[in-house]
Amino acid sequence: MNANDPNDPNAPNDPNDDMHEYSIVQALMERVAAEARARRAVAVHRLSIQVGELAGVDVGLLATAYETFRERTICARAALDVQTIPARWECPGCLRAIARGERLRCPVCALPARLAAGDEFVLDRIEMEVP
Amino acid sequence: MCDTCGCGDRGIVPVDVHERILAGNDRAAAHNRQHFRASGVVAVNLMGSPGAGKTAVLEATARRLAGGRRLGALAGDLATDHDAARLRASGIEAASITTGSACHLDADMVHHGLHHVSWRELDYLFIENVGNLVCPAIYDLGQEANVVALAVTEGEDKPLKYPVMFRKADLVLLTKIDLLPHLPGVRLRTIVEALGRVMPQPEHIPFSAVTGDGVDRWLAWLERVELFGRLGTAAGAPVR
Repeated sequence: MNANDPNDPNAPNDPNDDMHEYSIVQALMERVAAEARARRAVAVHRLSIQVGELAGVDVGLLATAYETFRERTICARAALDVQTIPARWECPGCLRAIARGERLRCPVCALPARLAAGDEFVLDRIEMEVP
Repeated sequence: MCDTCGCGDRGIVPVDVHERILAGNDRAAAHNRQHFRASGVVAVNLMGSPGAGKTAVLEATARRLAGGRRLGALAGDLATDHDAARLRASGIEAASITTGSACHLDADMVHHGLHHVSWRELDYLFIENVGNLVCPAIYDLGQEANVVALAVTEGEDKPLKYPVMFRKADLVLLTKIDLLPHLPGVRLRTIVEALGRVMPQPEHIPFSAVTGDGVDRWLAWLERVELFGRLGTAAGAPVR
């Protein structure tokens, strides 16, 4: 929770801004608000997002930032469902899985591994209440 | 509206969006990239911890390319103009992007920053990101390539601790190698080994802004990006 002033997302020099999860939640909220406006929704009930292990987003910090920002917005009572997706590397040639922590190169084909899953950072679904 | 009988009750509707949460930044970055490519400017996003030597890398670059290539820089800085002032003193046309409390640059900040340098005239535009190994990694700025400065003084396990940042790197400059004799616990080989576990195509150059070690290889690498970037190859794959 924002230590300074939980009710003012625009508080200047907020030390909690020193993590990008706050910028991310702002982007998320703006997107949701636009969808809600387009459908004249009166409330949002649930947001479903996907966060990959290598997306560069800390799920705990994201949840904290969401709690801080959602007050007095259309998301005030919306649950945030986060689906986390583990990183999965594979050889683009033979599709062999590269184990966690291993060198990111196929031991057989010598091709550089490709990330098959784990960099997702996606707004999947919004459940909203419409008149 | 209840669609079945038209009774007027409020309903819960699911709306499938399935869009990247940073899609707005992605669009702004694509716009920057289009401008850079159209003007033949090679934009390099230079990232790294505070004190990794990002500014020193650019100063060394300017010393070698003075009078030859046209260099510009946008320096992301929390509160000061110090980095940009250092860069200007070394002959680079530089402007600050003061981020206030934000821990990273985004594509819009870069776009606004461009208004303060004559970027169209440049060969290379270096975007010196805020010193941080976490947040800058997830924002595409429209760069042609990502370079991470990693000082050997930071220890051997930085790549494994910050896999997101290093996965996005096209090149890692292992800076301050002139200090290696004073760092008995740090082996270059171990750092390079760690890079291979977080970067599918690990590329690194041992570098010292003090002795000039690695500067030739770094300049050759930049030229390669310039060539391949202009040919529209994978060298400019955006961070995602």
